[in-house]
Amino acid sequence: MNSAVLTRAERSAGLDVARLRSDFPILRLKVNGNPLAYLDNAASSQMPQPVLDRLIRYQTQEHSNIHRAVHYLSETATAAYEGARGGIQKFINAREAREVIYTRGTTDAVNLVMHGFGRAFLGRGDEIILSQLEHHSNIVPWQMLRDEKGCRLRIVPCNDAGELLLDEYAALFNERTRLVALTHVSNALGTVNPVKQMVAQAHARGVPVLVDGAQAVPHLPVDVQDLDCDFYCFSGHKMFGPTGIGILYGKADWLEKMQPYQGGGDMILSVSFERTVYNTIPHKFEAGTPPIAAAIGLGAAVDYLTDIGMRRIAAWEHELLTYATEQVGALPGVRIIGTARDKASVLSFTVAGVHPHDVGTLLNEDGVAVRTGHHCAQPVMQRFAIPATARASFAFYNTFQEVDQLVAGIRRVQKIFA
Amino acid sequence: MDSKQLYQEVVLDHNKKPRNWGSLADATHRAEGLNPLCGDHIWVALKVEDGLIEKVAFEGESCAICKASASMMTANVKGKRMEQAEQLVQEFRDMATGRLNPATQPSQLGRLVVFAGVKDLPSRVKCAILPWHTLHAAFHDRRTTSTEGDADPMGLPAAKESA
Repeated sequence: MNSAVLTRAERSAGLDVARLRSDFPILRLKVNGNPLAYLDNAASSQMPQPVLDRLIRYQTQEHSNIHRAVHYLSETATAAYEGARGGIQKFINAREAREVIYTRGTTDAVNLVMHGFGRAFLGRGDEIILSQLEHHSNIVPWQMLRDEKGCRLRIVPCNDAGELLLDEYAALFNERTRLVALTHVSNALGTVNPVKQMVAQAHARGVPVLVDGAQAVPHLPVDVQDLDCDFYCFSGHKMFGPTGIGILYGKADWLEKMQPYQGGGDMILSVSFERTVYNTIPHKFEAGTPPIAAAIGLGAAVDYLTDIGMRRIAAWEHELLTYATEQVGALPGVRIIGTARDKASVLSFTVAGVHPHDVGTLLNEDGVAVRTGHHCAQPVMQRFAIPATARASFAFYNTFQEVDQLVAGIRRVQKIFA
Repeated sequence: MDSKQLYQEVVLDHNKKPRNWGSLADATHRAEGLNPLCGDHIWVALKVEDGLIEKVAFEGESCAICKASASMMTANVKGKRMEQAEQLVQEFRDMATGRLNPATQPSQLGRLVVFAGVKDLPSRVKCAILPWHTLHAAFHDRRTTSTEGDADPMGLPAAKESA
């Protein structure tokens, strides 16, 4: 056990991981008789007790529908829901709370922009720039728009390390480029893209940029004003909040020009059979009763992360990823997929002679939870000419001991398949 | 369920040295099987004469469970009549989905019972069943098959992807 290493690394990051772990009841589970090593945080993260407590308090003492009635519970629920929006605004440093729109998740946020921006403003021959590293949720909506409108998708390639080729990116722009849709952190490889620089390049040509931040927000400090992106999308359940809630940040100028995504209650000011006047932002994009509890839970998750500090989280996870990369990378027959200089959270790998699904099933036997497959990023797999990888993805509550458990598990896989 | 039960010596051996590996120039029946979500991808070819399976071969890229299942399948059905092989397809499918317990119910499964444990690993049932689906498709002259969607052996909608 590397308790000495852990202590030194912890001290350098200033994070009391053991205390933080005690906030997560699920991390005490045993799986197949072994302590759970939960290394599938890129798929979904776990919720700490303060978030769980907040959900219970909301449901037991504050719940009603929002923006509707004048009674006590409706006022309380509305205040909590809008209060959470304010917390999320501060967390990503949006200029105004009305630039923060609740969605079902990142996928929903991208689809909202595809409908409200893409369908409204793009036409035949217009071009959208995507990257090789995108998750399917930042590819498929744009393909649907392409097929409907006759647009064209241009793809920024990456090198063998999984880093985007910025010269190629610059060369993709022309007078028909209308949007760049780009991931902040690759979910399959962990590459952190130089988003700020890429946004500046796009803006120099008058092109707005959507950033998929699902894998960035849980791991790095994100400041949407500093990035200067036009849209930024992320999910609650990947950042220690509930499922069913996510955020679309958009610059107010764009959101005001855009068409609503769905019609219904709460997104209107007045309705007659002749004419409907839409509500102001953010409500224009929040038709129907939203997942109120989930939104408030996400607000609590943001408070929890703010208390710890995203800089300290990033520093600790960097130590963890560096250690994991050294230890896993040193195993003979193991190939790490994605070796960008700037990475966060994700360690994708293959084991020679063993299919990733067999790796995953055997690691599960040891209590180690990893994801195996194409990670909803088949173009990334195609780029590296592999069908799938095993992927360990870390959160701030993971430890060096869990990395050791992973390494021991991979050794056992290799022994079984020797 | 314990993977030690699933990754038994016989499974690891068939994975390492698959029997009847390759293609058949004189095949009378062929099919391709694909599990798009997990990437298992195999081809099965047969030479059938008067209802008798004279030759059978397979190849492709897959996990150990799928490859061992395919290898043991080919070893089992070679020399059998198509109806017997179809019966085995049904029994294997029932065993892998927990509808047949070979420990208490009669079957022709023989050593194939090493795959009984997949019933407790829903995400791996499709890996074990794919070769059998592909064999069935070849018999019925369907070129491609999968264990997703309507053909999902667990009788559930195709597994949803997630990040």
